[in-house]
Amino acid sequence: MMWMKCTISIVPATSTLHSPDVAVHADMREDFLKTLRCIILSRILEEKLGSLYRAGGRIVGGVYLGRGQEAFSAAAGNNLRYGKDIYGPLIRDQAGRIAYGEPLLDAMRTYLGVITGPMRGRDGNIHRGRPREGCMAMISHLGSLLSVVAGALFARRLRGTLGDTVGATSIGDGGTSTGAFHEGLNMAAVEKLPLVISVANNQFAYSTPTSRQYACEDLVDRARGYGIEGYSVDGTDLLACVATFRTAFARARAGHGPQMVVGKLLRLGGHGEHDDASYIPDSARHKHEARDCIEVAKKQAIDLGWITEAEIRTWEEESRREVDAAQAIASKEPTPDPYRETWHALSTSELVEGQHG
Amino acid sequence: MSITYLEAIREAQYEALRSDPNVFLYGQDISTFGGAFKATKNLSREFPGRVFDSPISEDAMIGMAVGAAIEGARPIIEMQFADFSSVGFNQIVNQAATLYWRTNTPCPITIRMPSGGTAGSGPFHSQSMESIYAHYPGIVILTPATVEDAYWMLLESVKLNDPVIFCEHKFLYYHLKSEGFGEALPIGKARIARPGRDATVVAYSAMLHEALKSAEELQMDGYQVEVVDLRSVKPMDTDTILASVSRTGRLLAVGESFPWGGVTAEIIARVSSEAFHMLDAPPMRLNSKDTPIPYHPNLWKTHRPTTSSITAALRTLLRY
Ligand SMILES: Cc1ncc(C[n+]2csc(CCOP(=O)(O)OP(=O)(O)O)c2C)c(N)n1
Ligand SMILES: [Mg+2]
Repeated sequence: MMWMKCTISIVPATSTLHSPDVAVHADMREDFLKTLRCIILSRILEEKLGSLYRAGGRIVGGVYLGRGQEAFSAAAGNNLRYGKDIYGPLIRDQAGRIAYGEPLLDAMRTYLGVITGPMRGRDGNIHRGRPREGCMAMISHLGSLLSVVAGALFARRLRGTLGDTVGATSIGDGGTSTGAFHEGLNMAAVEKLPLVISVANNQFAYSTPTSRQYACEDLVDRARGYGIEGYSVDGTDLLACVATFRTAFARARAGHGPQMVVGKLLRLGGHGEHDDASYIPDSARHKHEARDCIEVAKKQAIDLGWITEAEIRTWEEESRREVDAAQAIASKEPTPDPYRETWHALSTSELVEGQHG
Repeated sequence: MSITYLEAIREAQYEALRSDPNVFLYGQDISTFGGAFKATKNLSREFPGRVFDSPISEDAMIGMAVGAAIEGARPIIEMQFADFSSVGFNQIVNQAATLYWRTNTPCPITIRMPSGGTAGSGPFHSQSMESIYAHYPGIVILTPATVEDAYWMLLESVKLNDPVIFCEHKFLYYHLKSEGFGEALPIGKARIARPGRDATVVAYSAMLHEALKSAEELQMDGYQVEVVDLRSVKPMDTDTILASVSRTGRLLAVGESFPWGGVTAEIIARVSSEAFHMLDAPPMRLNSKDTPIPYHPNLWKTHRPTTSSITAALRTLLRY
């Protein structure tokens, strides 16, 4: 079994910034720009969600943002075809969801808890999806989504409908410590499923640093243990992320089994919007991983001559309008009515019990 | 032709695989080996590519079943012993059981759980998990006590668009025989296994047979004990229980799971709150003892309810 440790060397981040090589990156132009657009939109949407949360009143429950992780998340999502591939996004995957093609309204409606959204007020925020269309709706329990995505791929292979479809899911550094993650990844490896696992190592699990999470040198080392192919990438470098995920997805689709991509980055915010992240030391905030991937990406694109600052500003304005439009629609829609709720947990309504006691 | 409870389970899986190409089997040692109890004997040969040996990963086994069900497959997952389903607990109660309600996506998975005590099996190969799972919304819990129910209810489970915990009792695997599969009774309905007018025993799974023997013993003393076979723990057929209690005025609920809460407590609660005026005596319940399940047969026989402890309880109830 081949084991690749294609570190950031695919596209060394620093050299990219200082000497963009148009010829080397030419075939990435389209993917890069698509992804850049997604991460700009994602950041603007999340800033809106954050401000709605702080204003109070409209958003029910917590808000969990992907600030600083957009490039890594979107570079994965960009390889997925909505309605064809299977996606199991996690807490910090707003950008990946946009790149995958989840409608903006699904996010807005779920955060606002309106019944027009996919979760109809029965679940909220990041716990959303449309499983029958291939977008799994995560439960909170970290690690437990991996085997679900694997199962969907397994069923397709069994029924002869796998074709060139692929599955992708994500996990954080903390989530890699769960038994469910281990069981799921091991099973996916045993079944040799076309699955790409993004591990966003953002150095913290809520407040817990990685030194309290794992004892191996680098999470990518685990790939060898599972007998799968592993990659390590600078998660703040969109160009590197696009290149790495392109390879990983191509190899998954080509039958090389699960691919694990570890992104090194920093969560640029609290665990949720309730958290001021005061436990993140200043030293971490000044390291390379603390770069804002969006600023890095914009500069990469401008340096490569792929886009102008004015065009980026146009994208930002368009994104703002898109987000405002989604908010305007969703905020007028009805919230759930307990008297109209079926209160049926089974799809077989004849087997639903009446209320007793 | 005489068929055992275990053979009925194999035959039901054969029929499920035969009649629906979306059905597949996933579990430890179930492929060429045929399973720890041989409940999948020869199925991998008869249905190549549809019966898989799984890694020892109960969490991932259930998670993968949920993903497969979302895609339209109908997986049957074999837990090697019900006890080990605790490792897959999260996927059962949080992933499978919430899927439909959260996302409007049906979750047709069947989890087979070889359940209950047999002599010498000890604390970790003897458990009855029905009470634990019944606590959670979004799951159907079936507890067949007969060869016929083992066959038909398993087939029905696979067809249901909801997660089913299928509690098959290991003690009945070889002991219980029938001449055929008879006819299917509806899921979710209890059955009067023996009519009577003096007291009602509600039991399920292996406890049904202990209760029936007890009713037989008491008949010699002139008592007519009605025995209700619950068949399905969830949904629970409250109407049949209430109708029986309204005829007899006396209730004993018997279950093999641990005594704190659970199926028997639920039966008592429902009868007490909905038919208090029909009771001529305080309702009683019998469960296993509140300790882990013992290894030695001397201890095990006393740990779980048996014909003699059920008879003793019934005498108290009838004398009241
Ligand atoms: C099994 C489980 N235990 C605890 C939690 C509570 N929890 C939610 S997010 C989180 C931290 C996750 O850290 P990490 O996996 O690194 O992801 P990140 O938040 O950094 O993206 C914890 C402990 C949970 N959701 N699931
Ligand atoms: Mg983390």
